[in-house]
Amino acid sequence: MTTTTTTTSTTARHRSALYWTFSDVRTLANRNLIALFRTPTLVVFAIIQPIMFVLLFRYVFGGAIHITGTTYVNYLIPGILVQTVIFGSVNTAIGLAEDLQKGLIERFKALPMARMAVLGGRTLADMLRSVVVLIIITGVGFLVGFRPDGGFIPYIEACLVMLAFAYSLSWGFAFIGLAAPSAEAAQAMTFPLIFPLVFASVIFVQLSSLPWWLQGFANNQPISQATYAVRGLMLGQAHGNSVWISLAWSVGLIAFLAPLAVNRFRKAA
Amino acid sequence: MSEFAVEATDIVRTFHDGNFRALDGVTLRVPTGQVFGLLGPNGSGKTTMVRILSTVLSPTSGTAMVNGIDVVKHPGHVRRVIGLAGQFAAVDENLTGFENLRMVSFLNHMEKATAIRRSHELLVDFGLDAFANKQAKTYSGGMRRRLDLAAALVANPPILFLDEPTTGLDPQSRQDLWSIIERLVEGGTTILLTTQYLEEADRLCKQLVVLDHGKIIAEGTSAQLKSQLGNTVLVLTFATTDDAKRANELIAGIPEKPANVDGTVIEATVSNGPAAAADALRRVDAAQITLVGLALREPSLDDVFLSLTGHKADDVDGNVDEAPATGRRAKRREKV
Repeated sequence: MTTTTTTTSTTARHRSALYWTFSDVRTLANRNLIALFRTPTLVVFAIIQPIMFVLLFRYVFGGAIHITGTTYVNYLIPGILVQTVIFGSVNTAIGLAEDLQKGLIERFKALPMARMAVLGGRTLADMLRSVVVLIIITGVGFLVGFRPDGGFIPYIEACLVMLAFAYSLSWGFAFIGLAAPSAEAAQAMTFPLIFPLVFASVIFVQLSSLPWWLQGFANNQPISQATYAVRGLMLGQAHGNSVWISLAWSVGLIAFLAPLAVNRFRKAA
Repeated sequence: MSEFAVEATDIVRTFHDGNFRALDGVTLRVPTGQVFGLLGPNGSGKTTMVRILSTVLSPTSGTAMVNGIDVVKHPGHVRRVIGLAGQFAAVDENLTGFENLRMVSFLNHMEKATAIRRSHELLVDFGLDAFANKQAKTYSGGMRRRLDLAAALVANPPILFLDEPTTGLDPQSRQDLWSIIERLVEGGTTILLTTQYLEEADRLCKQLVVLDHGKIIAEGTSAQLKSQLGNTVLVLTFATTDDAKRANELIAGIPEKPANVDGTVIEATVSNGPAAAADALRRVDAAQITLVGLALREPSLDDVFLSLTGHKADDVDGNVDEAPATGRRAKRREKV
């Protein structure tokens, strides 16, 4: 207790506000990544679930699903990747709900840091986590016979398209996380939102196999558009304007969801 | 430095679309350089007040100046002169003690070298240096509290807000924290602390206000509050509850109000202590009842609180919660 009250010139504010905003985002993203790597079970579960889906659809249901134009495994893996990054963005909700529950959001709000850094750092860390998961699941895909013909650069483009889409969704999940009474509730709240969108889509089956009344929705909803875009790029079979439609969804969603989340952050404590 | 570290005028804060008034016109002035207490039971509005003063929440109406800076107009400037340790030790459990402090240092916009030096300095000051590289999840409740307080002190703020700093702590950890708080004040820090513990307010706070249901119901020094009762408490202890009951009948008339009998102990509020004690002693002795103990004491803040609010300070009014998310608060409480 001897030095606590000595005046050390502790702060340096001669740098620009923009510098400190980036610094704050990096500090918090770093904090979230450290937590992630210290909790290996979280990483393992993040990877196990998509692997189960790959195995389930590749070897159990795959035989019953008929696809035109390519093999089912080629059709499936891009869809699984899209599903995986979307499920991954749910972590934003859980993480923020935990921070709120533990009083960390209250602490951050009383610090002279950039206000958006809490949300920015969290969504960034969750996206980087998705990159790792994408690489691993791609490897698993190759092991079970995935042979995309689109080439390396389009493959990277496909990853960027789906990461952009998942990132835009994570702002919606940020809102849910800050509005939920607990981390458990946040997780429970995201499920009914995500489930119908992921499964009433072209991730696992072709549009033509769906009942007619579902086709209109399933064809145009954003997750299907992202899947068309990713699959088209990876397999070298472009699907209309799906890449642009998917990017437009990403931009639109972020423009709509980010202000919602930021506003919710302002009220949360 | 201005005379008052905190000046809040007529603060109102409502929740649930105005249906619940957590704060209903609170005005307070915290003199620079002392510990100021915000005393009240759960749901009285203490936490809401601290959150408004620390820019975490905005007031529905009213003005608040911290270090002469308006919390609504210039929250960013206020954040540079305050430290906040909230109700629940807000540390990242996955980070080590050192990493927690380094993170908060960075978020206070310190350069890397300064941040690292300051973090180590605080770990030593708070007796945590041996655990610097252990994850906070392995810390005891008392250690978490100290880490939490250290995090609030990273930037040497002249004004510190402590929301129930000792809730959930064992007596030894509570003593340790009290010593830290006293040393901080000696060093010139102004501290506004909330507490449900009257003993804590009595020990630490030079001045205090008592909040109940979002309103100030009393203010002054703890001595002034006690003198509002104006009386002394006569405490008589007997060997058996029967003796206590009989004695209570015998001493009827000595206290102004009927005495409070709790098992073998009688507590009577009297105006003239020594005379009342002598009188009671004579009557009890004449009836050949054995007296085990006799004491005169100043009224405690508990007595004051009871007489001000009509309920004891630790009565929790289950229907009133000062923050909107009841479930979250309940959950957090289990965590400490």
